[in-house]
Amino acid sequence: MSVLIFVEIADGRIKKTALELISYGAKIAELLNVSAQAVVLGTTQDDLSQLGNYGVKKIIHADNEKLNQVEAESYTKIIAEIVEQTAAKLVLFSNNITGKSVAPRLSVRLKAGLVSGAVALPRITNGFVVKKTVFSGKAYAHVSINSDVKIITLNQNTYPALAVEGTAVIEKFNFEISTSKIKIIAINKISGEIPLTEAEIVVSAGRGLKGPENWGLVTGLAKVLNAATACSRPVADANWRPHNEHVGQTGTTIAPTLYFAIGISGAIQHLAGVNRSKVIVVINKDAEAPFFKAADYGIIGDAFEILPKLTKAISDIKNT
Amino acid sequence: MKILVCVSKSPDTTAKVAFTDNNTKFDNNGVQWIINPYDEWYALVRAIELKEANAAVTIHLITVGLADTDPIIRKALALGGDEAIRVNVESQDSFFIASQIAEVAKTGSYDLIFTGKETIDFNGSSIGGMVAEFLQLPYISLATKFDLKESVTTITKEIEGGEEICEVVLPIVVSCQKGMAEARIPNMRGIMSARTKPLKVVEPVIANSLTSIDNFELPPAKAGVKLIAADNVEELVRLLREEAKVI
Ligand SMILES: Cc1cc2nc3c(=O)[nH]c(=O)nc-3n(C[C@H](O)[C@H](O)[C@H](O)COP(=O)(O)OP(=O)(O)OC[C@H]3O[C@@H](n4cnc5c(N)ncnc54)[C@H](O)[C@@H]3O)c2cc1C
Repeated sequence: MSVLIFVEIADGRIKKTALELISYGAKIAELLNVSAQAVVLGTTQDDLSQLGNYGVKKIIHADNEKLNQVEAESYTKIIAEIVEQTAAKLVLFSNNITGKSVAPRLSVRLKAGLVSGAVALPRITNGFVVKKTVFSGKAYAHVSINSDVKIITLNQNTYPALAVEGTAVIEKFNFEISTSKIKIIAINKISGEIPLTEAEIVVSAGRGLKGPENWGLVTGLAKVLNAATACSRPVADANWRPHNEHVGQTGTTIAPTLYFAIGISGAIQHLAGVNRSKVIVVINKDAEAPFFKAADYGIIGDAFEILPKLTKAISDIKNT
Repeated sequence: MKILVCVSKSPDTTAKVAFTDNNTKFDNNGVQWIINPYDEWYALVRAIELKEANAAVTIHLITVGLADTDPIIRKALALGGDEAIRVNVESQDSFFIASQIAEVAKTGSYDLIFTGKETIDFNGSSIGGMVAEFLQLPYISLATKFDLKESVTTITKEIEGGEEICEVVLPIVVSCQKGMAEARIPNMRGIMSARTKPLKVVEPVIANSLTSIDNFELPPAKAGVKLIAADNVEELVRLLREEAKVI
């Protein structure tokens, strides 16, 4: 028996979310008294044995560049074979774009109950119960998985990557791959930016910024904080910012350590996507803005005056 | 060419989220129900656009739910679509729902199955992938653009850290998100004609649920905001550093 952890590679490197997932999986394996194993699909320039330092004992590596692009059908087939071989009872993915494309297929293939968007370790005494976000972050549900094999996808930034002492053995996995029915024509990566869902700090702005020409104030603050940028829905709808920056109930859900909301009123649909942030700072010129009710720290004032000063104050402390 | 659009109902985005029966049931009291936004804005509207471009396209809507789902289905039919199918059973987990949809899809010989990116209540993002696996079809998740030339589709989809453009031959399953289409509002003619469009009620097949919800929980309320004077941003920086320890 084992817990099988899907370790995602992006551009040849182990993803940060994968380390969180390994720590999460290793902890569950410890609670269940079984071994934690990782599965890696595709080629990587990283030394996989270092994953032992996060608690896995064995790494099963399908080391083939044909797997460098995520393709739900072939990924499902290979992971299902590995689950069978290792008699895994629990398979873990990150609840990100890759997890969302592969986990549902695998769930049907293995008749394994799936809980997506877990935010805590499962409760394993008396059943197997997973806590997940529902209503786009407005509430949590405790969900029992009743099947023999189980699948969980873990929300990013909910379980810390914990380094431990340990080593892992790497075992190559040989497989046959049928030609994909999906022909990839182009891949466009947004390079150099911090992915929104993985960012520790997010600087987000709304209609209060008045127009795209003023976004330098937002990206300037993000830069000194090494943060990702986000925005409210009307801002993305007006094409002031790219669609993938739209956070909220109908956009991306995030849970960074620190979220700056600048010139955003705090509508319920916006809050739904960001209210799991650990610390929320609101800057708004309207003292009655609903966002203040969801904030930890707030400044009532004009963003155009505050942002340059704040950026400078932060860059000053970073440089000392 | 036949398109199947999966539609579910969800509470209005401004609905108060509360629970009854010892936190085991969603409190329906005073809640307005809407078509799940991703299903409506992107999946359904893109299907309608395809039909507008090609009269040979037929659109069927499918939902899994009891009769209280009918107003939502009629609303979807008012936007467009030729007929609707409701699998008459209380919806359970996503495996169960996908089993029901796959069963209907098997006999309908659809070329294209659209779902929304996720529902805004349970946020599973899993129906599309599950249906695809049941039917052994390719699954394109989180599509932001969809074009069709005869039976070849060109799709742009979101991937980790960017986007991928791919080509696939029908039949396929696609989950749709922002970019696919622009939300529309139904017009009077649509609303009138929706009343007479067929809404077929079919009985469920026997299928399992693999998960079940024990209970719900609301997040703890925030302790209250600490306000800092606008001319004292240094104090905010100090608090973030020394008190919250986040920078
Ligand atoms: C079905 C549905 C789904 C939705 N989903 C989402 C979603 O996912 N995400 C989302 O964000 N929204 C969503 N919305 C929209 C949401 O209801 C709000 O309309 C939106 O969040 C408002 O964006 P905003 O705060 O940027 O703009 P506004 O509400 O216009 O607020 C602008 C704020 O800026 C402040 N301001 C103005 N000038 C300044 C200044 N100089 N300095 C400081 N502050 C200033 C104002 O006081 C105000 O509070 C959804 C709506 C619906 C109906």
